Amino acid sequence: MPSHTFTVNGRSVTVDAPDDLPLLWVLRDLLGVRGPKYGCGVDVCKACTSHLDGADIRPCVVPVREAAGREVTTIEGLADGDTLHPVQEAWLEQDVAQCGFCQPGQIMAAVALLKRTSEPTDADLDAIANICRCGTYFRIREAIRSAAAKMR
Amino acid sequence: MMPAHGPDQGSSTPTGDRDRTDGAAGERGPARRSFLTALIAAPTLALATRIGADALAPQPAHAVVPSLPAPADLVDLGDLFIVAGAPTAHLLVLRVETDGIIHFRLPRTEVGQGLTTAVAMLVAEELDAPLDDVRIALEDARPELLFNQLTGSSNSIRSLYGPVRQTAATARARLVAAAARSWDLPARTLTTRDGAVHAPDGRSAPYGSLAEAAADPGLPVLPAAPKPADRHTLVGRPQNRIDARAMVTGRQQYTLDLDVPGAKPCVLRRPPTLGGTVRSVANLAAVRAMPGVLHVVTVRTGVAVVAETFGQALDARAALDVGWGPGPADALSDADIRSRLRAAAPPPLLPPLLTGHVDAEFDFAFVSHAPLETNCAVADVRSDRAEIWSGLKSPIVAKQTIAAELGLPADKVTVHVVQAGGSFGRRLFFDAALEAALVSKACGRPVRLMWTRIDDTRHGRMRPASHHHVRATYALGQVLSFQHRVASAETDFRHGLGEMLTATAASLPAGLGNATFAQTLFLTTVKSPYHFGLTTQSLTEVPTGIPTGSWRSVYSANTRGAEEIVVDELAARLGKDPVAFRREFLKNNAQRAVLDKVAAEGEWGRALPEGCAQGVGFHEEYESRTACLVEIDTRDPEHVRVTKAVIAADVGRPVNPRGLEAQLLGGLTDAISTTLRAGLHIDKGLPLEGSYSQFHYARQRDTPTDVRIFVMPASGEPGGAGELGVPAAVGAIANAYARATGTKPRSFPLDFDVDFTPYPR
Repeated sequence: MPSHTFTVNGRSVTVDAPDDLPLLWVLRDLLGVRGPKYGCGVDVCKACTSHLDGADIRPCVVPVREAAGREVTTIEGLADGDTLHPVQEAWLEQDVAQCGFCQPGQIMAAVALLKRTSEPTDADLDAIANICRCGTYFRIREAIRSAAAKMR
Repeated sequence: MMPAHGPDQGSSTPTGDRDRTDGAAGERGPARRSFLTALIAAPTLALATRIGADALAPQPAHAVVPSLPAPADLVDLGDLFIVAGAPTAHLLVLRVETDGIIHFRLPRTEVGQGLTTAVAMLVAEELDAPLDDVRIALEDARPELLFNQLTGSSNSIRSLYGPVRQTAATARARLVAAAARSWDLPARTLTTRDGAVHAPDGRSAPYGSLAEAAADPGLPVLPAAPKPADRHTLVGRPQNRIDARAMVTGRQQYTLDLDVPGAKPCVLRRPPTLGGTVRSVANLAAVRAMPGVLHVVTVRTGVAVVAETFGQALDARAALDVGWGPGPADALSDADIRSRLRAAAPPPLLPPLLTGHVDAEFDFAFVSHAPLETNCAVADVRSDRAEIWSGLKSPIVAKQTIAAELGLPADKVTVHVVQAGGSFGRRLFFDAALEAALVSKACGRPVRLMWTRIDDTRHGRMRPASHHHVRATYALGQVLSFQHRVASAETDFRHGLGEMLTATAASLPAGLGNATFAQTLFLTTVKSPYHFGLTTQSLTEVPTGIPTGSWRSVYSANTRGAEEIVVDELAARLGKDPVAFRREFLKNNAQRAVLDKVAAEGEWGRALPEGCAQGVGFHEEYESRTACLVEIDTRDPEHVRVTKAVIAADVGRPVNPRGLEAQLLGGLTDAISTTLRAGLHIDKGLPLEGSYSQFHYARQRDTPTDVRIFVMPASGEPGGAGELGVPAAVGAIANAYARATGTKPRSFPLDFDVDFTPYPR
């Protein structure tokens, strides 16, 4: 069984897993990192959105071999200890979450967007394709705008 | 205030906080140091069924033809829930720990509707405690609660508002009594605030310090009653979710996030048609030898693979070579279903001769519940006992059924209710929990069973397709009659509702006692809010073999949505503005108030570019009422978008206005989705749609950039709110679409092309 060494939320990990095992299952089933959620397994719902070297990925379609030597950040690694990321703070301020299941992915997608642009346009916000089945989209939109303003 | 609760929020976890051991059935864990368990026998519960006061009250003289109250005006389904739950409403469990933390065990579930926050507010309010000091855990299945542990019909706040406050008020009285005895002061001189009892001389005692003494059964306690609403300082004010921090940090635990020792990932290979059966597995040995595979077992619903990781289980599932038997609906496709529904709701026989009339027929497709957390459960079945974890809205029936299927006594089956990633009605059923139990039994180990998204969409339950025929007659500016015949694919309510309705049959209005179960459901939930003269609404159910279930707002989204479209068409025939027309024919001023609110705030009638339009809808159910005004942009026919929404709701007494706004926002998004693009095509016994790339639930780009929601001031007791938002928004969106395009919307979703290549069966 191949061995893969990479960083998860600042911690170096080594796992034995088939090369093509999706990173989502390595995180959830082998490492017990369960912030990233399964919603479709085919990069459609985007509930598992996490970061690889700071860029957003969907671990359900990223084979574990692609993580080797790189830095994986999940929702659990976004805050600095008890200090939340401004996007997480904005999520609390807008009381975005309903069932909450998609929100780790929504937040990681928003953080990645705000890394790319500090002034997201309506089109940028519309381009976030993460499904929220509770339909919290308007609050997500407001939270990202609020976080963007505070981060500028 | 931003409460920060630990991961014990919301669900029993197999590790960590052992909160689940404090059920009323007795202590199962180690003895606690000290505590107060308030098992309150609520002295009186004001449960007299309200007799549709609004509908029956004398109305100002209008030049309209009045309609008699409908059954749902007299007794709605929610009233029946309250009546059914009343005998066990005193079995609520509240505990104050020596650290001052107040634990309440909620016999309902949290699926995103914000119930735990609202209940925590009620508890904190009555105890005069900080909200941060209240913890809500979801109660395990407790069969002694009978009908009082079912989450549905927008009924949780309606049924819990009195009992929860009474329980907390009684706990407060015990804490005051304990302080009074300790200080040798009369209890009536003491006050409570900030989680402590205070004496006139300045002394104070935090609740934690009183918990042990307050548990003394010999304590003399003054009778307790909940505060009058005008003394509420927390209830009725916007409050953020108590579990929000856990959700944004990834610490909120859902079923498959739990660490049950030894529980391994499990998925099923399911048949190519709904309800198909397993005949044979040709390559069992080869699949069992695949990497990471631990077990391959056949159960009633398919072939289960248990593996070290879900990735490996999914690979093995795909490799299975299964021979399948037929299901009950193999020959069925959309065209057949539609013709059967049409045949079941024929148009009224006699066309009116002397009056004008509007005739309209509507079709609504099947719709997936599609909660983001797919159907899932953890099960640990041993020879003499079983333990189940799952998101369950009807856990007692789940427990009883699973016990029977396993051949175990019910008291040997522990069913933990876990906070879930959405429901929309789906988790009234417990099919994943039953499957997990059967697989665990078959392979002799605990399993974490997950449905794939494709299975969840195709083999999950659906909102039934329906066909509607509406005929309204009018003359001299008046609506004389309004007839609505609904034919619907049969809705499966076999999750405990039947027993509840039977138990409350005596409370049904005369004439409903012999109606079928589904008709009773229909007639106790659907009613017209208008004085449209002789009004009749009827339901015919058509069995199809397709698995169905209640979907947020059950019959109302389609039935009332269709009616709101007809209301606009009637207004046009009578040459009236849609808002003015509704104002004229609505039955009372509370209804008009929400309509007026959206018309004013939404600038009804403002000029919009060609291809864009406003639309309005109204709905009333479960003692609550709402109006919705939307603006739609149809200029790009490939991407019709609701660009703005203004909603007003009067729910009698909002407990948490911010949570209510969230529910209305969710209802709006549901309406956008199901009206414009989200539905299921049935093709030879299976939905074509498999994932969100095909079942087009709205995404960010499909939803409004401007949403304004207004919660009307409190005016009475809490009404239902969880489903309220859907039907009015369905009507508003369809009406806006009609005005923007000059068409008559009749078949939903409006854009329902098969714009994808279906996944293989």
